[in-house]
Amino acid sequence: MNYKTENIKTINVSKPLKLDCGQTIKDFPLAYETYGKLNELKDNAILVFHALTGDQFVSGINPVTNKEGWWVTAVGPGKAIDTDKYFVICANVIGGCMGSWGPKEIDKKTNEPYGLNFPVITIRDMVKAQEALLNHLGIEKLLCATGGSMGGMQSLEFCTIFPNRTFSAVPIACSTSHSAQNIALNELARQAIMADPVWEKGKYLIKNVQPKNGLAVARMVGHISYLSEKGMQEKFGRKLQEKADYEFSFDADFQVESYLRHQGSAFVERFDANSILYITRAMDYFDLSKHFKGSLTQAFKNQKAKFLVISFSSDWLYTTKENKDIVIALNASGADVSFSEIKTDKGHDSFLVDEPEFLKTLKGFIDSMHIKFKNEKRI
Amino acid sequence: MKKEFKVIADILPKNVRVLDVGCGDGSLMSHLIKEKNIEARGLELKKENVTKCIYKGLPVIEGNAETELHQFPNQSFDFVILSQTLQAFYNPEKVLKDLLRIGKSVIISIPNFGYWRVRTSLLFFGKMPITKTLPNSWYNTPNLHMCSIKDLFDFCVKKNIKIKKAVGINEDKTSEIKKSNLEIKNFFSKLGIFLIG
Repeated sequence: MNYKTENIKTINVSKPLKLDCGQTIKDFPLAYETYGKLNELKDNAILVFHALTGDQFVSGINPVTNKEGWWVTAVGPGKAIDTDKYFVICANVIGGCMGSWGPKEIDKKTNEPYGLNFPVITIRDMVKAQEALLNHLGIEKLLCATGGSMGGMQSLEFCTIFPNRTFSAVPIACSTSHSAQNIALNELARQAIMADPVWEKGKYLIKNVQPKNGLAVARMVGHISYLSEKGMQEKFGRKLQEKADYEFSFDADFQVESYLRHQGSAFVERFDANSILYITRAMDYFDLSKHFKGSLTQAFKNQKAKFLVISFSSDWLYTTKENKDIVIALNASGADVSFSEIKTDKGHDSFLVDEPEFLKTLKGFIDSMHIKFKNEKRI
Repeated sequence: MKKEFKVIADILPKNVRVLDVGCGDGSLMSHLIKEKNIEARGLELKKENVTKCIYKGLPVIEGNAETELHQFPNQSFDFVILSQTLQAFYNPEKVLKDLLRIGKSVIISIPNFGYWRVRTSLLFFGKMPITKTLPNSWYNTPNLHMCSIKDLFDFCVKKNIKIKKAVGINEDKTSEIKKSNLEIKNFFSKLGIFLIG
């Protein structure tokens, strides 16, 4: 979890931001990364929003983990979102743990990490905090705002808060509000963390430790929900982990157990447990219609952005139906919207892996939007 | 461009909102946007075509008209276009009702089962007709509810649907269909285009 701060770009957000919980914050750090170059016309900027456990390192090698960026399949030179052509921006969300203002940052009042003194934030707050970054980079209007899962929620929220700041948006594998099942799974993850005795009501960082066991279980829950039943069966089946027969013990006999344990233990090295609590909470509170008297049509009223909603057939976390509800709401308000369901067995994670049909669709949309945006700018 | 699309484009005024149901690869939408500054939206079942539309920057929703027209609000389009697919639905009557709900006017085109070649095929050869507009065999045709120009004409009369215009097409020739020439047009037209609503 320790990283060298010189690898992380940050801006200080000085403008006061009133959070949904009522608190007002100012002078907080927002960490970000960019790829490619902003062109002279400034018509090639794409804001990517990361998902629950992501960070600002979208492409290339993440300098903190030394692993590939989380969306390297889609973003990079020659990729669907081609960084030779486009200027890609991604910020670490507030509440996160990769340099932006989050629960592991030091509270100046107490000189200790915030822990649970950190305010409960929302997706709206995350998105509003990123406005300062666009201003800092001198971008008035984006070519596209996109992201998958929680990133998709942010892209939708971005369009409702700043209807004139993006030409297009691609919300991927998300929904307009968290379902009971989504909330339940997040609660499972939170309870796993809070049940770890090391957690100590969020104060573990004072002792410089992490509730690793709880955090690992939380990650395992997540991982199960990101795969599909079929995908999991095909990948692991009942295969045993480097052994010929059952060991009649509780070690990881099955490959799927070993996989989950590995995912869990790798995760605790790079993520802060309290951040999981805060970010999952933000997702649970997500309801796009909340600030529009419960009306999604109202939320998208006068929407000028051109949308492409993408869902994955085997995603049971944010189903095609939920994604279609976004399309229906956009249609009801007369917005310009396209929709495509990608047939795949790879579940919710499909947007992160090499899924050719998805990447092809994404590329087609972004490239055609760029031509249209250029024309609009000329006029 | 297909003659059929030219006729449809001619019917449409400029600057209107159009939903193209079964928009295919978006060629009609592209034409309408370019030539008539029309705000076009498409609904398409075939993935390959959906991707093609997206590459062209055309707004397209992947979905089945039979089950997914409900998502469009009442009277939300000036025109709804349905090109040569009415006969492929399980329940064409229901689809038609939905189209009339969504659009202030509806443009439907149908391959005419009353065309003389179609009639002779069955009459003289005793076989299901295969023509340019009906290229499939009986066992693999998507067409479930074939009808003739006369059938659709009668249907509209029976259901009190106003026929604002009807055009018969044979190759490059087009002619207006009226009650008075219905029998002849039903005999000589390969394709019928109706503006209703």
